[in-house]
Amino acid sequence: MKKIVQLLCVAVVILGISAFTSGTKDGKVGYKVGDIAADFKLENIDGNMVSLADFKEAKGFIVTFTCNTCPYAVAYEDRTEALNKKYAKLGYPVIAIMPNNTDVKPGDNMASMKARAKEKGFTFPYLMDKGQKVYPQYGATKTPHIYILEKTKKGNVVKYIGAIDDNYSDASLVKEKYVENAVDALLKGEDIKVKETRAIGCSIKV
Amino acid sequence: MKQILLVLLAITIVSCKTEKKEEEVNIPKESKAIAVELMKKRNEDTFEAFPVYNFSELEPLLNKVDNKTYVVNFWATWCAPCVKELPYFEQLNAEYKTKDVEVILVSLDFPKQYKKKLVPFIEKHNLASKVVALNDTDSNSWIPKVNEDWSGAIPATIIYNKDKRRFYEQSFNYKELQKEVNAFLN
Repeated sequence: MKKIVQLLCVAVVILGISAFTSGTKDGKVGYKVGDIAADFKLENIDGNMVSLADFKEAKGFIVTFTCNTCPYAVAYEDRTEALNKKYAKLGYPVIAIMPNNTDVKPGDNMASMKARAKEKGFTFPYLMDKGQKVYPQYGATKTPHIYILEKTKKGNVVKYIGAIDDNYSDASLVKEKYVENAVDALLKGEDIKVKETRAIGCSIKV
Repeated sequence: MKQILLVLLAITIVSCKTEKKEEEVNIPKESKAIAVELMKKRNEDTFEAFPVYNFSELEPLLNKVDNKTYVVNFWATWCAPCVKELPYFEQLNAEYKTKDVEVILVSLDFPKQYKKKLVPFIEKHNLASKVVALNDTDSNSWIPKVNEDWSGAIPATIIYNKDKRRFYEQSFNYKELQKEVNAFLN
């Protein structure tokens, strides 16, 4: 009996430690590929509140944390719009979320977001992460930072995290379109080959 | 546009050949894209204030084995928190010179901004630390080589010497920077 109690104690301790380390080992929090992403309710540039649940027909989402003021995000504006044009009708709309503190970056406030969306003709929702609650849940650290979600019975499963493609500076020199490849694979019911990529971006302003 | 590009390409290939006869100019099958990149690179290589490196050229600076402690900061002129902390790195470079500490500022400015932004910035702020520009668009391949934990957000900093190395995806003030560097000097 004593042995069993001892063993149980050890097990509990190990579990406790591993639970602790898996979350904080390298300071990384947020979603990993395979996690279920929480829904949100954020204000769009048209004044309406938007949730993932509103998209009844969607098969999934291309969620991008982006903003007006980061040159890397700006470099990807046209490509983000092109993704929405191509994939919204196939069931994977782009949902853009602006995560920065607008006191630090006034150029990212709602008025500026509206102006930029109009100027660029964005056809996707461009949402304000008011109170900065959503980006830490996802674990986004920079703009742009993309999460592809697949709608399942269990919820919206994270299928890809990273960059749009492998060349921020010149769309014509891109060799690998990470996001397109991932969504194409999802649409065909195939495995995504590259599930995680990294790119330089602007740290999210807190 | 295509024609102009082709002409430029031809000129570049010819000029590369004449300038760098002894050096192998490597133009494989996907020659056009690579040659255009090469062309850009050759043109941008000529800044006096800083060299322009791809990652394999930068890598030796991240792995020196001598008696110095190196503080390598990844930044860009358009990155507000980077610009804010830059004076602390400059101060560190000046005050810790005698303690064998060297600061290296790796700019991630876009190549097309080198002339317009980076050169004037270096001049205006009279940067004394070594500045290099990293021009390597395939960041997915090199970010993990800088550090496995780096998400790619800047500012980011590595402090290392021949015995140990630490990576920081964060901003610094001078006190924090001193504290971290001092831990490498004991």
